[in-house]
Parts: sequence; C-alpha cells; structure tokens
Amino acid sequence: MTHVGVVGAGVMGAGVAQNLARHGHPVVLVDSDPHALTRARETIDRDCRMSRFLGGPDLDAEEVLGRITTSEDLAALADTEVVIENITESWDLKKDLYPRLDAAVRADAVFVANTSAIPITRLASLTRRPRRFVGVHFMNPVPMKPAVEIIPGEHTSAEALATVRALLDSIGKKAIPVNDACGFVSNRVLMLTVNEAAFLVHEGVADAATVDEVFRSCFGHPMGPLETADLIGVDTILHSVEVLHDHFADSKYRPCPLLKRMTDAGHHGRKTGRGFYTYDGAAAPANP
Amino acid sequence: MAQDVRAEVRQFITGRFPQITLDDDQDIFALGFVNSLFAMELVMFVEQRLGVRVPNDELRRENFSSVTAIAALVDRVGTGTEAPAG
Repeated sequence: MTHVGVVGAGVMGAGVAQNLARHGHPVVLVDSDPHALTRARETIDRDCRMSRFLGGPDLDAEEVLGRITTSEDLAALADTEVVIENITESWDLKKDLYPRLDAAVRADAVFVANTSAIPITRLASLTRRPRRFVGVHFMNPVPMKPAVEIIPGEHTSAEALATVRALLDSIGKKAIPVNDACGFVSNRVLMLTVNEAAFLVHEGVADAATVDEVFRSCFGHPMGPLETADLIGVDTILHSVEVLHDHFADSKYRPCPLLKRMTDAGHHGRKTGRGFYTYDGAAAPANP
Repeated sequence: MAQDVRAEVRQFITGRFPQITLDDDQDIFALGFVNSLFAMELVMFVEQRLGVRVPNDELRRENFSSVTAIAALVDRVGTGTEAPAG
C-alpha cells in the first residue's frame, strides 16, 4: 500500500481520496478550509453507502473513512510517498501552493497534478522535483470512472511514471498516456464544446435542455454538454477555458460571457444547486 | 400522508423527465432514462426532502423502482426528521 497525500478536498479531491482508501491505501486529505474537509467526509460516507445500490462493490463507509486522515496543514503530508494535488484550476493558486508543498513533503515523494488543463511541465517548474512530477487527469465522479489521462512532463523520470502507473493500476484505473499540452486530449475538445454550447444558450439559439437533447438523442451521448458542465462545475469549466485561452493566445478559446456571469452569480452547477439547470435540495434538475 | 409522498415522488421524477408519462407502478429503471446519477438523486430526494434516513440494507433497487415502491419504503422506515419546507 502507498501512503498517499491528497491536497484539495473539493469534488475531485474527495473522489480521489475515496477511491484510494477504498482500495486500501492510507490517505491524508488536506484542505485549508475545514468546511471542505467536513463536506468531503460526508460525501465519501454517502458515496460508500450508495455504492452497491449504484451497481458498484459493497463498501463499508466506516472502513473507507477510517483510512482517511484530514488536516488543514500541509505539514501532515510530510511522510507521504505520493501527493495528488486537486485544488481549484487556477494558475495563481497553484503557483502559491506548489513551492509550499515542495517544502512540506519529503524530497523523494512523487507529485501528481490532477489538473484539467494546465501543462504539467509548467506546474513541475514550480518545484525542485520536476523529475518526480506527473500529470494525471482524473474524470468525475472519480470512483466511477474507469480511466484517466496520464501525462509525463518534460523532465518526468521513467521511475516516477512507473510509480504513478502502479498506483493507478492498484485502484483500478486504466491510464491512457498522452503528451503534455494545455488541456491534453480530453479538455482541449470538451471545454471548447461546452463553451460553444454555452454560446448557443447565450445567443438564444437554443435553451440548455434543447442543446443537451440534441447531443443525447442525435449523437447517443449519455449526457449533453451543459448537463456535463453542471456536473463538472461551471466555475471549473470557465477556469479551464481561461487556461486554454491564456496558453494558446488564440481567440477560438474565448470564454463565453454567460459562463463568467454564472460563475460570478454563484451558479456553479450541481454543487451550488443551480447552473444551467436548477436543482432542489436533493440535487436534482427541476427543468431539464 | 401516503398520497402526499406519492405525489411528491411523482412530481420529482416527472419534473426531471417531463417527456414521460408515469404510472405509480411503472418500473422506472425499465424506462431507459435512469442512470446512476439519477438513481443517486432519487435516494437523496427521499432522504432530504422526505426526511427519511434509508437504512443501508434497504438501499436496494427494488425499493426505488416505482412510485409505489418508494411510498412503501417511506412508510416502512418512517419519517425521521421533518422535511424542509418548500
């Protein structure tokens, strides 16, 4: 078993922690916000209870949570062997975090950036361990998705890559290797699709339900792009589109003003009860 | 009470899928639209809106397969706390 640190207890971090703990790995989950840590424990408890009902394995929530230690302090990660970073998709926040993380964690530990768009080589440059730095793009919801993108940076060693591959293998994740580029494969395409779908709503070409219906009924997608946006988080979508826009300096990645307005208004999707759809207390769309 | 639960559950499902006509005994899992996300929403709806904590051994598909099955489940496990208004 690998002693794993997980930084950031949002949707992705909680999912990663749960996935690791469910496969027996001891996890230290760190977030500067104590409320996020409480919410993460509640989410993990709920997801474990639901696992069998949703066609997954029978999970004992107490046993899974028993393997997860939470802390607000990066120092709790000092002895971990692999640290998976899942904080908000913002260069400024990551730029602030990585040097502190680098100082807090033992020098031979491998860092994994769970980013949806920021190039791995750029993130690795914030640390003194670019050889022990790997990108892994987990999909949401983490415990239910069978595959990830794995991205070596410019300086990533074969050894570090093998460590991360073995860890992913131990939690049942197929690792699909892609080269380092902003957005990798998945989000280079997905974020532009969601952004363009938002433009369709913004311009009044179709409402959200209609856009999604076209993708579900015509293409056979299980979910449309705007339902997907609500699941991922509208704010996360905006951050990712902004990262693509900044990185490529190409206007084809210009963020839709509607995404900005929704983010400013706190309409971030399922997690806040309203996004392209509205959700009641049970987190269910009232009008798709 | 039982009628209220039925009405609320029916409204929740048809609110989510306005294109369907639903009768209370219909197996919603057989309709083809229930994915794991909606299955989870259904459980959360029962627990949060109807104020029921579903015991782990009652978290089974057959207990959530129809409006009638859900109403029976709620009746069986009883109401814990008051459902929030609205």
